[in-house]
Amino acid sequence: MVDYGEILNIPPYSMQREEKHSFLTDILKELSLFHYDNCPEYKRVIDGLGVKLSDITSFCDIPFLPVRLFKEYDLRSVGGENITKTMTSSGTTGQQVSRIYLDKETSANQTKALTKIVGSYIGSTRLPMIILDTSAVVKDRKMFSARGAGILGFQMFGRDKIYALDEAMKLDIEGLSAFLEKHSGEKILLFGFTFMIWQHFYEELKKSGYRPDLSNGILIHGGGWKKLADKKVSQEEFKCLLNEVCGIQQVYDYYGMVEQTGTIYMECECGHLHASIFSDVIVRRPHDFSVCGYGEKGLVEVVSILPASYPGHALLTEDEGVILGEDDCPCGRKGKYFSILGRIKNAEIRGCSDTYADKFR
Amino acid sequence: MPISSDKVQVLCGCNDLDAMTAQCALPPFSKVVCEFFSALSAEIMKHPEAKQYPDVVTFGFFCRRGNIQRLKDEYSDKISNRLGRGVSFHIAPSNVPINFAYSLAAALLAGNSCIVRASSKGFRQIGLVCECIQNTISLVEFREIASRISVICYERSREINDRLSALADVRIIWGGDATVTELRSSPLSPRAVDIAFADRYSLAVMDARAVIDTADLKRLAQDFYNDTYLYDQNACSSPRLVYWLGDNEDTASAAELFWEAVHKEAAARYHIEPVVAVDKYTEACRMAIEHNADIRSGKDNLISRIVVDSLSADLPDHRCAGGSFIEYHSSSLDALKTIVTKKYQTLSYFGVDRQTLMQFVVGNGLSGIDRIVPIGKTADFSLVWDGYDLIMQMSRVIGF
Repeated sequence: MVDYGEILNIPPYSMQREEKHSFLTDILKELSLFHYDNCPEYKRVIDGLGVKLSDITSFCDIPFLPVRLFKEYDLRSVGGENITKTMTSSGTTGQQVSRIYLDKETSANQTKALTKIVGSYIGSTRLPMIILDTSAVVKDRKMFSARGAGILGFQMFGRDKIYALDEAMKLDIEGLSAFLEKHSGEKILLFGFTFMIWQHFYEELKKSGYRPDLSNGILIHGGGWKKLADKKVSQEEFKCLLNEVCGIQQVYDYYGMVEQTGTIYMECECGHLHASIFSDVIVRRPHDFSVCGYGEKGLVEVVSILPASYPGHALLTEDEGVILGEDDCPCGRKGKYFSILGRIKNAEIRGCSDTYADKFR
Repeated sequence: MPISSDKVQVLCGCNDLDAMTAQCALPPFSKVVCEFFSALSAEIMKHPEAKQYPDVVTFGFFCRRGNIQRLKDEYSDKISNRLGRGVSFHIAPSNVPINFAYSLAAALLAGNSCIVRASSKGFRQIGLVCECIQNTISLVEFREIASRISVICYERSREINDRLSALADVRIIWGGDATVTELRSSPLSPRAVDIAFADRYSLAVMDARAVIDTADLKRLAQDFYNDTYLYDQNACSSPRLVYWLGDNEDTASAAELFWEAVHKEAAARYHIEPVVAVDKYTEACRMAIEHNADIRSGKDNLISRIVVDSLSADLPDHRCAGGSFIEYHSSSLDALKTIVTKKYQTLSYFGVDRQTLMQFVVGNGLSGIDRIVPIGKTADFSLVWDGYDLIMQMSRVIGF
């Protein structure tokens, strides 16, 4: 099997196109063969498509599974006795949720990859951390929702953590100001979901008149722009307005999904999402699934080297996106950089904060 | 009381609910109604845009004097003691633009006033036919018809469904199980009746040899296109299963010829939405997982072929729109005996004797298959639809 120990020590944005291509092709091909031998459903799809995995010479040719299949089938490549954690996507009532089966190793690799990716942005020391959410989300440890998993995943970058919202999703101003006083002058990490930050942090601060000083803060947020796009709030405005109410300057969006936890795509200083060497994004034309050129809108496929306990290493999402370029982002990171344009029309609503946002319609 | 409101838009016809309910019923195929359709047919045929829409032209053709007379003749000995039920309320399907017009025609011919909720997806065909209806009822001789027609559209609304259902004497629900269930929560008055069209599953049977030998493959492909892609393969009569009669070799060559010809049609006329491409691919994966199906991906995503070597009972649960076809081949029809249920509606055919097919359905006492029509005719409207005789169901009989 893949030797993750070594691989996960490679700096996450260090490989140029060619090198990354052969690196990913080797690992993803090996993963495909492993899943073929160990997951009967995966085997039937590959056989059905008539693909001979051993002939594959580019990871772009590895068949992708539609993410929706994880809602309908229990897809895994290890025995049930080895499953240590089952993650689920968020879903509104009545919607099916994805079930992602993790064994100890896959789960540990997710944590390591996330550490490397996020660490390259915020450094390796743990920071005082404000979670812009409620602790209620992570109370049930048996089932990990996408929102809970996100919070738990990012918690390892923090020390002395507080939740900024109480169980009724009300902003705890008292707790917040006490925390900031205690850590005044320190770098502070903030984490949350985009829509929730908007609804329960920004809007509340604006209303209350309380202006915490977060000029030393680094905010990482994810979960999708759909609800904010509906409210006509652009990425730029989001950053700008947050800055107005709390002075925060470093704000990073990320793109990721529960089906490929760990290998998230972080936004850089230039506002582009970046693929680390642990994963990649392929944008495909809906008409024939061929690979789009730079700047051409299409369906987003994500590949990740982490999914070993379940066949989620090559997935067709229901998002549309566009590759902006490769290896030449002014921020200096190697690899593809891209932006996500939103969910395809009529697709089921997925993602973390979007589900919650439904209640506010 | 006006029908229109901030939620309801009247596309053509009457905007006065009281006037509509006050109309006295007409006998089926009354003179004025037959004349109206003849005038409407002329109006449609001379509309400058009509030719762009084969479905509109077909409807215009359906309404012409000769056809209405022919239909009337078929009913002549059955309708002398009948009258329309009163007010009919129609919920047309959102995916088949022209369906609202046929539903209206059947109800009006049966002698009813018609409140028709048309698709709100903004199909040009609907606007076009509504213009023609409006022009026709504006003629003085059809003043009587003007207060018997109201074509409306509104976004899903329980409140509006409730209001219109309450005053209907007959309610016609198209659109399948989900729509039927949704509408059933809006009560009808005690004497009123429902005509509900549930989800159905349809198939095409093709003789492989006949496809290889046909001189007009293009025509066959066009007919098949009109049965499927023209309605996003989402009409209940659109085939989803393609059943080849023939041996391995013939089927392989016939299928190749056939799909290539269909692809030519689709490439020229069909635009595939991203969500449809994903849906079709997902469906193909499901079939591979559940039934070891063989996925024949072509050069693009227009046609999704899912080849199985046995037919399963759950096929009607595997419905996917936009050009997703399950294929099976056999030297006989026998495999259908075990899988056809009440869900099965239209069997369309090419190169197979229709008597043989009829004999097969009747002789085996199949619980489904309500129509046997040539490929290309699946969407042709008939007053007997889905097991209902619409004229009889929408009129009441006076015993004497």
